[in-house]
Amino acid sequence: MSIKKTLFGPMFENNPIALQILGICSALAVTTKMESVMVMALAVTLVTAVSNFCVSIIRNHVPSAIRIIVMMTVIASLVIVTDQLLKAFVYDIAKSMSVYIGLIITNCIVMGRAEAYAMKNGPIMSFLDGLGNGIGYSLVLIFVGVFRELFGSGKLFGFSILPLTNEGGWYQGNGLMLLSPSAFFLIGFFIWGLRTWKKDQIEQSN
Amino acid sequence: MLQHHLSILTNAVFIENMALSFFLGMCTFIAVSKKVKTAIGLGIAVVVVQTITVPANNLIYNNLLKGGALAWAGMPNTDLTFLGLISYIGVIAAIVQILEMTLDKYVPSLYAALGIFLPLITVNCAILGGSLFMVERDYTFAESVTYGFGSGLGWAIAIMALAGIREKMKYSDVPEGLRGLGITFITVGLMALGFLSFSGIQL
Repeated sequence: MSIKKTLFGPMFENNPIALQILGICSALAVTTKMESVMVMALAVTLVTAVSNFCVSIIRNHVPSAIRIIVMMTVIASLVIVTDQLLKAFVYDIAKSMSVYIGLIITNCIVMGRAEAYAMKNGPIMSFLDGLGNGIGYSLVLIFVGVFRELFGSGKLFGFSILPLTNEGGWYQGNGLMLLSPSAFFLIGFFIWGLRTWKKDQIEQSN
Repeated sequence: MLQHHLSILTNAVFIENMALSFFLGMCTFIAVSKKVKTAIGLGIAVVVVQTITVPANNLIYNNLLKGGALAWAGMPNTDLTFLGLISYIGVIAAIVQILEMTLDKYVPSLYAALGIFLPLITVNCAILGGSLFMVERDYTFAESVTYGFGSGLGWAIAIMALAGIREKMKYSDVPEGLRGLGITFITVGLMALGFLSFSGIQL
């Protein structure tokens, strides 16, 4: 498989959230603010890429019976490092994301790509695959995040774009966007749009 | 005392539902909810595992990891909280494995019913999420038992309800691009809206 396909394939052709049903949990929970979206996207992309790289290096030395535990240990160690770094440099954002950083461990993207790709391919390609899937995940996160923050509180990255009525502006914030159900609707519509564009992803009715 | 536990329970089951308001365990929630029967199996497995792992992690956190918790071993200044994540996931993986072996030996019928779902549970975010929330909210041991059971139950109820809806949805005419995953997301969104109506309850 070519480098280009490995890196860019997961963005639209084989998006981890929209097609592989991986890593949805955190995609929804942290998307009310763009700041936390970016931190989460960056963290997941790095953890996926590096864990794919590490798993791929040791793939020939690990008996398959204990591979899940080994992967789990590699991933958990990486997430601990990420967690400590975030707490050290962007403490406020890390605090507001509470348990969701720790939950990167059980984010199915990381585990799923390690199992499905890194166990079978070389370190460099695995790293790129992790990067690609991380970016595909980030795209959906950013899409949902932009809508929720812009229409929910009239801001992007904390800067006012649509001035709210209660701050003297003209825009009446859409409270639903800040609540959890809106994230489900937005991802549903994202998938709808994506599948209208890429017809081959439509599921067969049974 | 009883009232306090009751309030933790209702909170965990309805108001702060693991699946619908914290989005935890979404991957399995969406992937394994096509049939009511499998959803019930997975739901029960989650309740059992959650009720055991949250209190177990509570003991580990309070007796080994928390700052000053190692005073009994003569190390009152050690703070091992940074090892939290790896310990919790280790405990969860180990307990799921032990549970699998015990069930296989003593209750083969239950093992056969849960079989495929048990290993899946290790990577279910709801389980690890439960432990992390327990640490964040500083629950005591007794509270953590209630919370573990309640959050597992909430998740189980949600997945069973979704599976019921999806079974009925087979008969509906869904737009092509929305079929399957897309409409499931929107259904879950509507369910989450419904569960929001519990949020006014105060006990």
